[in-house]
Amino acid sequence: MNSTNEPRRSTSSAAIQASLKRRYARERRFQWYGRLAVLTGFVFLFILLADIVSKGYPAFTQQYIMVEVDFDKEQLGLAADATAEQIADADYLGLIKRSLREMFPEVTSRSEKKQLYRLVSMGAEYQLRDMVMDDPGLLGQTREIWLQAHSEAGSYLKGQVAADSDQADRKVKDQQVLWLDQLRAAGRTESRFNTTFFTAGDSREPEMAGIKVALYGSFFTLLVTFFIAFPIGVSAAVYLEEFAPRNRLTDLIEININNLAAVPSIVFGLLGLAVFINFFELPRSAPLVGGIVLSLMTLPTIIITSRAAIQSVSPSIREAALGVGASKLQTVFHHVLPVAMPGILTGSIIGMAQALGESAPLLMIGMVAFIMDAPTGITDPATVLPVQIYLWADSPERGFTEKTSAAIMVLMGFLIVMNALAIYLRKRFELK
Amino acid sequence: MKKHLVNAAVLSALIGATTQVQAQGAGRDTISIVGSSTVYPFATVVAERFGRSTDFKTPKIESTGSGGGLKLFCKGVGANTPDITNSSRRIKKSEYDDCQANGVTEIVEVLIGYDGIALANASSAPTFKMSMKDVYLALAKDIPGADGKLIANPHKTWKDVNPTLPATRIEVLGPPPTSGTRDAFAELAMGGGAKAIPALKALRSLEAGQEAEIRQAMAQLGMPAGVYDALKEQKGKAPKGEDVFNTIAYAVREDGAYIEAGENDNLIVQKLAANPDALGIFGFSFLEENGDKVHGSVIDGVTPTFDTIADGDYPISRPLYFYIKKAHVGKIPGIQEYALEFTSEKAMGEDGYLPEKGLIPLADDELAKVEADVRNMNTLSM
Repeated sequence: MNSTNEPRRSTSSAAIQASLKRRYARERRFQWYGRLAVLTGFVFLFILLADIVSKGYPAFTQQYIMVEVDFDKEQLGLAADATAEQIADADYLGLIKRSLREMFPEVTSRSEKKQLYRLVSMGAEYQLRDMVMDDPGLLGQTREIWLQAHSEAGSYLKGQVAADSDQADRKVKDQQVLWLDQLRAAGRTESRFNTTFFTAGDSREPEMAGIKVALYGSFFTLLVTFFIAFPIGVSAAVYLEEFAPRNRLTDLIEININNLAAVPSIVFGLLGLAVFINFFELPRSAPLVGGIVLSLMTLPTIIITSRAAIQSVSPSIREAALGVGASKLQTVFHHVLPVAMPGILTGSIIGMAQALGESAPLLMIGMVAFIMDAPTGITDPATVLPVQIYLWADSPERGFTEKTSAAIMVLMGFLIVMNALAIYLRKRFELK
Repeated sequence: MKKHLVNAAVLSALIGATTQVQAQGAGRDTISIVGSSTVYPFATVVAERFGRSTDFKTPKIESTGSGGGLKLFCKGVGANTPDITNSSRRIKKSEYDDCQANGVTEIVEVLIGYDGIALANASSAPTFKMSMKDVYLALAKDIPGADGKLIANPHKTWKDVNPTLPATRIEVLGPPPTSGTRDAFAELAMGGGAKAIPALKALRSLEAGQEAEIRQAMAQLGMPAGVYDALKEQKGKAPKGEDVFNTIAYAVREDGAYIEAGENDNLIVQKLAANPDALGIFGFSFLEENGDKVHGSVIDGVTPTFDTIADGDYPISRPLYFYIKKAHVGKIPGIQEYALEFTSEKAMGEDGYLPEKGLIPLADDELAKVEADVRNMNTLSM
């Protein structure tokens, strides 16, 4: 018996061994596929981030050129008793041009002069005007002043332009390169942190453009979105979860809310245009309308996550509250909601993060606009960060390439902060 | 309880904001400008200078496209409608009528300059030298074949079109049909090229009354008679030979040789730099800003440069306009001042800041006339 069984057992155990081996191999293969999938995802993310960061980081520095400016009253055409209005209207551009000519007296031809004037930013004349407006005592004095460099000169100073390439192939000409090298050798150029990028609105000159209007616009828009979507979303979730009867109607509502979450965002933009702007005649380009439209978009997200959070509250908490004599309303507001709150907030923050990154519905309601003055309220014209990125990406000036990437970095920074907050809240929730 | 209070406060705040908005509707203090994405880079420069150098607020400028802008502009009079619309083509009669019907009766037309449309390829590739006829034969959907009948465009390479051109595959990146640049390109380049073909030129010259001749010309081209009837129905009256011509000349091929690359001209430039065999279609300002990456093709012996477009030598160029709603002048502060800044020598003159951004300026006498029109607010009649 043994002799007959022995080989059979060994063949069956060999078969099992072999199949085990195959199963292990299959598992290992699957694990490798999984790792490969994760790796591919990371590689793409890395390429994207590396591309954006490498293009965007130069935008955070700004180049300055020191120019000796003689605030000559005659050149400005100002008398000693000039009024503030006259000071504001004076010809500061002429002043800058003269100062530049004095620095490079050898420049005589018209085309060379034009190139020379292109070294400093168009904003320099407004910088000088503001200085004189603040302190009229400057008139008649000579000062060494750091003026913002033109974006093309700036890109050379940042080392983005190869001086040995063909002159026709670049915006900074040989003559300008020569001047900039001389200035640098004399210590008259400086690189500083670009505060303009955060304190200025949009501009057509890359070196003067900033994201202030977009930041304010995004803030006001999200404020409106939050104050509409959060109370309505949470109320709807509480009612549907705790009070509504289970019947065909509530089933239908539930299905519709889930469907609404999948509606393309541009549809909400069309709705906003038709209803809020054309029918209610709310102003175009205002964060008020943008916020309302985005709140419609985030409502389903908030309702769905809030319901899930309320559902996951242990029934024992409800029963205990009802057991000691609390009313249904008291149970919900005093016991269920506080426990569900971290989950509700997590969902809301993720919904708001979606709203922050959204641009498509805002295209329809006129928020794709050139706006220089920061909004002071929810009805002033404004734009938002993703739309500002879209506008800059479409600008012909080369200097906007780095601004585009820098604005993307700022937007991603905000998204990371918001998502990190959501994760933190969820972690706290899990501990309870 | 506390939550109720919060909700009530939020609600009342929102209602308050809404009523405040409606109250504001009567008077807005920011100029509202809409319209062409081609004029946008120039209008924004003026707006920025205007905002910085005067006490008026900086105008708000939306990029909606020429057609979309005129639609908004013609919707009516009032603070909820734009004051100015930019356009990369002249206002159409139908749009003008629409404006009149909605109470926008007085419109001031301002011609601001010209824009060239370039056909460019990567600087690493040789410059293309071609005629508008070559452009038409390379990109039209149907072209007259050997027997004079229209056939689906058989050309695969540039050499097929014209033996002097390189033997590379025809691959042209251009804007989609919604773009004003595309309209202008179809009208000027494709239409101009089609005119070089005698049969099509003859068709174009036929008047509305010559129905029999038009039908005969169409039969010779092998076109179904239904095209004429469809055009007649669409127009509501007998079409001219030119209308039939336009349907042939403006149709761009859809077999992959013409690639719609979206409205973003920067994207087209990037794609051209990466693919030396492709050509791209975009406005002159993008060609000028990206002179290190791409160069413009020579069309009919003329290179697209600032001077050739200003002289009118370069054939593919179009006028740019903006339109002012006269009813708003004086109600919304700064409209006329903005228009005067736009038409000033400092901005639009040959050494002004707009030509520096790539706008092709008007001749001196034209500029003087435009400036006078703005000063006197002369209205347009069509």
